Amino acid sequence: MTTDTHSKTIFGFWVFLMSDCLLFASFFATYFVLHQGTVTLFSLPFAFTQSVVFLISSFAAGFFGDKHKTLALLGFMFVLGALFLSMMGYEFAQLVQAGTSWQTSGAWSAFFTLLSMVGLHAAVGLLWIVVLMLQICFRGITPSTSRRLACLKLFWQFLNIVWVFIFSFVYLLGAQYG
Amino acid sequence: MFGRLNLEAFHQDVIEQGADLMMVLGAIFIVALLTYCKRWTWLWKEWLTSLDPKRIGVMYIVVSMVMLVKGFIDALMLRAQQMISVGDSHGYLTSSHFQQIFTAHGTTMIFFVAMGLLFGLLNFLIPLQIGARDVAFPFVNAVSFWLFAVGAMLVLISLAIGKFSATGWVSYPPLSELQYSPGVGVDYWLWSVQVSGVGSLISGINFFVTILKMRAPGMTLMKMPMLTWTTLATAVLIIFAFQVLTATLTMLSFDRLIGTHFFTSDFGGNPMMYINLIWAWGHPEVYILVLPAFGIFSEVVPVFSQKRLFGYASMVWATVAITLLSFGVWLHHFFTMGAGPNANSFFGIMTMLIAVPTGVKIFNWLFTMLQGRVIFKTPMIWFLGFIFAFTTGGMTGVLMSIPSVDFQMHNSLFLIAHFHSTIIGGVVFGFFAGLTYWFPKIFGFTLHERLGKWAAWCWILGFFIAFFPLYVLGMMGATRRLDHYETAAGWQPLFVVAAFGALLIAIGVGFQVLQLIISIKQRKENRDATGDPWNGRTLEWSTSSPPPEYNFAHIPEVKERDAFWAMKQAHQTHNTGKYEDIHVPKNSPLGFFVGIFAFCLSFGTIWYMWWLAAVGMIGIIVCVTIRLCDDDVERVMSAHEVQHIETARTRA
Repeated sequence: MTTDTHSKTIFGFWVFLMSDCLLFASFFATYFVLHQGTVTLFSLPFAFTQSVVFLISSFAAGFFGDKHKTLALLGFMFVLGALFLSMMGYEFAQLVQAGTSWQTSGAWSAFFTLLSMVGLHAAVGLLWIVVLMLQICFRGITPSTSRRLACLKLFWQFLNIVWVFIFSFVYLLGAQYG
Repeated sequence: MFGRLNLEAFHQDVIEQGADLMMVLGAIFIVALLTYCKRWTWLWKEWLTSLDPKRIGVMYIVVSMVMLVKGFIDALMLRAQQMISVGDSHGYLTSSHFQQIFTAHGTTMIFFVAMGLLFGLLNFLIPLQIGARDVAFPFVNAVSFWLFAVGAMLVLISLAIGKFSATGWVSYPPLSELQYSPGVGVDYWLWSVQVSGVGSLISGINFFVTILKMRAPGMTLMKMPMLTWTTLATAVLIIFAFQVLTATLTMLSFDRLIGTHFFTSDFGGNPMMYINLIWAWGHPEVYILVLPAFGIFSEVVPVFSQKRLFGYASMVWATVAITLLSFGVWLHHFFTMGAGPNANSFFGIMTMLIAVPTGVKIFNWLFTMLQGRVIFKTPMIWFLGFIFAFTTGGMTGVLMSIPSVDFQMHNSLFLIAHFHSTIIGGVVFGFFAGLTYWFPKIFGFTLHERLGKWAAWCWILGFFIAFFPLYVLGMMGATRRLDHYETAAGWQPLFVVAAFGALLIAIGVGFQVLQLIISIKQRKENRDATGDPWNGRTLEWSTSSPPPEYNFAHIPEVKERDAFWAMKQAHQTHNTGKYEDIHVPKNSPLGFFVGIFAFCLSFGTIWYMWWLAAVGMIGIIVCVTIRLCDDDVERVMSAHEVQHIETARTRA
């Protein structure tokens, strides 16, 4: 029964992530239609640092082991994830202060929304990490917590892949115009 | 405190007040009935908190039927207005009310009737057809249903509080932007579709995993019943298409809520992008609806022709071909946009291509009937209606796939007639055939046969009388969504004929209601004791009607296609093996609560009551978290209990 649930859940979660890909694809497509070389205002080194922070947090997800190690790694992921999210918030604040917001133009609407979608996913991920840490704290590594860990790992690494695309196509390509 | 909700929102015209009164009276009647019969605990324990897909399926069907009546009344009102609003007369509806009605009609029929019936039947049947005891994620399934119900609720509530959208069922910007539609109408539309759309998406994933992971031993892909195949295809379409819808609606919501410029006509927004995105979802959506209907006919026709399905493999490949092609045709909804001759030709040809696998299916069903001993029960009458209505719809579709012809027909009543031919003729007739066919499986007794036939004939004749005039009107130049036209146009006689056809359909609906009442009254005489009233071929007929909570006491072993038929041929229908403990999901009220909070979230956002929206959002997070922390979600039915149920059923 449990192995069955495990394989169903992992498979179902994969399918969900693949459909989530389509969500990001829609926002990406929108961004490419609307941006037309007008989104130029960000600092590349800052975005690079942000990407590295996020990628390291995902790297941590590869080493889940016994209870204590897993808890420590989850805590590490949480801190880096929160840092990533705050950096995104900081960048948004900088942009708004400089006078560009999502209301400025269609291109900026697409930029802010695309990034916010990653932000939203990351925020959900952070909440998930907290809940999972509490579960592991009280129940240890059980079949159900390890199943959730596996899903979290998939989720976080999927988000990282999406971020790699964002860094390449929004930031690197955007830097060209800058 | 109440955002933009004030007393003004409750001011409605006389017709809407009548509808509100009916809704309120209906609600009071149901509450009184439940209280009088002391059925509240029963409702809560057996239905609202149930995670049994069979129960959830029935709830889907009930909500869809209520919405069908509502959407059908909308249709009758549209027909009546167009019949009398000629020359000096302006009919009985104001322009703005008329616009709300056609928007509500489309939204209701697609999202809350067709999708609801689809998920209702699939919930009930798919686990049974594949010889499983449950769907892959029973709780997620309940959440899907409650999100669907919340969407339907929002459409109904817009009748009483505020207005519904007046921008057509796909709400094209810039009309649907805040600048041109400042009221709550478009927000009602956005949230009802968004919320039910999320429900559909997770249902799609659920069925995909269920079919791929939970089939009975021996049931390889090419031994699956056709309904299961078409459901698999539909699930794939849902998984690919519905996130595009989610993204598109999110963008339009952002435009209206926080002032982004995705689809505005200024500040670098691009309204045509919305139209591309919405049809990138919208065209697969029509196949999401029609493929399961094809699946239903592929079950019904062989059983009532007493022959196996002709060309099973070609049927499967046709289904797969339709699934793939349906993503390459969306531009035919707006050939007139000006994408240029190359783009238009490509999408025109793709559209014509999709007619080929569909034609394969039509011939397969006809060849199944050929040389069979056909029993003309009600489902077969629906099938015959389907063949004629759907084929005409398909042919007019191919006509319109020629861009130069489409330039003439675009947004005319010809188009309306075309898609009603495919959706009523295909989807609705299919689901009615399916409901009649599986009714004994769902409720344990068969429907009254003669009344069912009368209903079917009224629907079929009514359909042709209501929609064939629209083809002619379209060619005469009548565009869609007209609330008034001049006498000199010479359209009135045809509109009168169309209204008469709609009335005939109404009589058909009347027969269906009557059929249901009489069948319930005579349920003792029509009880299905065998579990197999039609001499069926697939596994759902091998268990009792209605099936026990666990579907099958022994998981069947599948050796051939038409598994149950093969068992009957080999006289192996009774498994005498030992009974075992069965795990079934425990009831959970959390799905219901997620629904309530989703309602708070949507209603709060529509009316700018931000505290309510926040309550809804936090509530959803809390409910989901509680569920994710609960490891005790299954209940064991002991072998003894199973044996008890099974002996009671075989004795009956």
